[in-house]
Amino acid sequence: MKQFMVFVRKEFYHVFRDRRTLLILFGLPIMQILLFGYALTTEIKNAEIIIVDHAGDAASQQLTTMIAASKYFDINRSTASDEDIYKAFKQGKVKCAVVFPTGFGNDLLNGQVAQLQVVADASDPNTARTLTNYITAIVADYQQQVNPTANIPMRIEPVTRMLYNPELNGSMNFVPGVMALVLMIICTTLTSVSIVREKEMGTMEILLVSPFKPVYVVLAKAVPYLALAMVDFIIILILSVLALEMPVRGNLALLFFESTLFIISCLSLGLLISSVTRSQQTAMMVSMMGMMLPTILFTGFIFPLENMPLPLQLISNLLPSRWFYVIVKAVMLKGLGIGVVWKETLILAGMTLVLLTISIKSFKTRLS
Amino acid sequence: MNNKAITCKDLTKRFRDFFAVNHISFEVEQGEIFGFLGANGAGKTTAMRMLCGLSYPTSGEATVAGFNVFKQQEEIKKNIGYMSQKFSLYESLTVRENIRFYGGVYGLSDKQLKEKGDELIEKLGMQQEAKMMVGSLPLGWKQKLAFSVAIIHQPRIVFLDEPTGGVDPVTRRQFWDLIYDAAERGITVFVTTHYMDEAEYCNRISIMVDGRIDALDTPANLRQQFGATSMNEVFYALARSAKRSAD
Repeated sequence: MKQFMVFVRKEFYHVFRDRRTLLILFGLPIMQILLFGYALTTEIKNAEIIIVDHAGDAASQQLTTMIAASKYFDINRSTASDEDIYKAFKQGKVKCAVVFPTGFGNDLLNGQVAQLQVVADASDPNTARTLTNYITAIVADYQQQVNPTANIPMRIEPVTRMLYNPELNGSMNFVPGVMALVLMIICTTLTSVSIVREKEMGTMEILLVSPFKPVYVVLAKAVPYLALAMVDFIIILILSVLALEMPVRGNLALLFFESTLFIISCLSLGLLISSVTRSQQTAMMVSMMGMMLPTILFTGFIFPLENMPLPLQLISNLLPSRWFYVIVKAVMLKGLGIGVVWKETLILAGMTLVLLTISIKSFKTRLS
Repeated sequence: MNNKAITCKDLTKRFRDFFAVNHISFEVEQGEIFGFLGANGAGKTTAMRMLCGLSYPTSGEATVAGFNVFKQQEEIKKNIGYMSQKFSLYESLTVRENIRFYGGVYGLSDKQLKEKGDELIEKLGMQQEAKMMVGSLPLGWKQKLAFSVAIIHQPRIVFLDEPTGGVDPVTRRQFWDLIYDAAERGITVFVTTHYMDEAEYCNRISIMVDGRIDALDTPANLRQQFGATSMNEVFYALARSAKRSAD
C-alpha cells in the first residue's frame, strides 16, 4: 500500500510539472465546452429578412412589427420589390423573405383566406426550414391576437409544449455530448501518453524489474487520472451551469456515479492504446483523433442516431460515450433517476468492466 | 541451495527460427564483477532480460540469487537491481524525489529512505543538487545517480545494461569506482558493455557471438589464450567469426 502511494505521488508530480499535461487537463475542457457550447447550435438568431409589402395596410404592418420584434429576425428592408429578394439571396446575406399580397388585410377582415408568401433560401435546407417555422409561429401568434374568439368551428389547434427545454436552447443537446467527448479525449490521452512516456524513457523497464506488480503499475497510473478527470468533470459541470445555462434537475450523486463509470472506461481505453503504441506522439494522435471522430459521429449529439443506417446504429452501441450521453441527458435535463436509466447504466458498467479487464490483461508485463 | 549469484545451463531464447540466445551456460560467484560482452545483436540484452525476469526463456535452466527464473520471478525481483542502457530516472523529479520513489517502490521505510538518501547524496557529493530536477544534471551525474539508486535496496545482484554509454572516459572511471565499491560490499555486478577498456576492469568476462558464449575467463587468461595484447584484439578475433550483422 505504501509502495502504491509512493507511485501515486510521483504521478501527481509529473502532472503538475508538465505544462503540456496541464494544458490538456484544464485548458482543453474549458475551451471545448465553451467552443462547442456556443458555436454548435441549431438555433438561428437575428437572421436578416426582407419584407415585400404589396398590401401596405394595418394588418401587414402589425405583422411586420411582430417579426421585427422577435429575436430571431432582423429586418433588412421592409419596402422591397420582388426582384430585391433574388438579388439579396444571391448576395447570400438574406436567407428569408415574406411577401404580403395586395389586399392582405381586407381578406383577413372579410373572413376570407388571407395568403402570404414565405420565401426561403433552401440551399441550406436546415436553416430554411427553421426560419419558415419561426415565421409560421409568428403568424399563428398574430392570428390568435386579432381573432381570439372567432374560431372556425371544428378547428384543431395544436398547442405545442417543448418539454425540458422550452426555449429550444440548442446547447442543451450538445453539452452532455461535449462532456462525453471531453472526458473521453482527456482520459485516453493522459493515460496512454503517460504510460508510453515511461516506455520511451526506459523507466517502465525499471518498474517491471522491481517487485512492484504490473497490475499495481496500471492501477497507480489510473488512480491519479481518475481523480483529475473528476475535477475536470466538476469544472465542466460548473461551466455549463453558469455559462451555458444548463439545468441540473436530477440527482447530483447519481450524475457523479455515472461519470466515474464512464471515466474508468475511458482510462481503460487509454491503457489499451498505450499497449499498442510506442511513441508519445502516436499515442496522442490515436487518443485524440482516433477517439474524437467516433465520439462525435456515434454518440448522437450532433447526428441523430435514429436516422443512421442500421449497421452504423449497431456500431454506435459499442461506444461507452453513446450510453453516457443518454444517461447524462436523462439525469441532467429531465431529472430522471436510476429507476429509468438502470438499463443504460448496466450497459455502461458492463463495458467498463470488459474494457478494464482487457486493458489490464494486455498491459505488457514483459516488454519483449 | 547454492551460493552462486547466477547459474545458467543451456539457457535459450528462440523467436520462431531465430536463436537470439543459443544454449548458454555459465556461473557467476557472489561478489564478482562479471562482464557480459558481445557485438550488437549478439544476444546480450536478451540473455540479461531473461535473468531479470523481463522475459521467459524458451528452454534451459537458470537461477538468480538462488531462485528459479521460471517459477520464482517475484523472489528474484526482490533481490536484484537493474539499470538499463536508457537513462532510467524521472527527469521531472528532483534527485531526492527519485531516491524516495525508487526506494519506496522497493519497500524501504521512511527512516531507511532518509538515511540511505542522505548517505547516497553525500557519497556522490550532490548536496547542492539534491533539490534539482534530474533532467538538468549532466549525463555523467545522472548515470552515477541511476546506479546508486539501482542498489539502494542492497540487492544481491545488480544488472547493468551498457551503463556508461555516451559518457567521457573520466566519468566512466568514476562510475567504475562506484561499481568496485558495490562489489566490495558483496553485491554481484553483472555488466554488459562494448568498451574494451571496461572489460579489463571485470573479474571475469564472457564474450557472446551469434547467441553463443564463445569465450569465458579472466581478462588476463583470455589475452593469453588468444595471444593478444589487449581485450580489443581478443574481441575482434572472436567477432570476425560472427555471421549476424548488427541489427
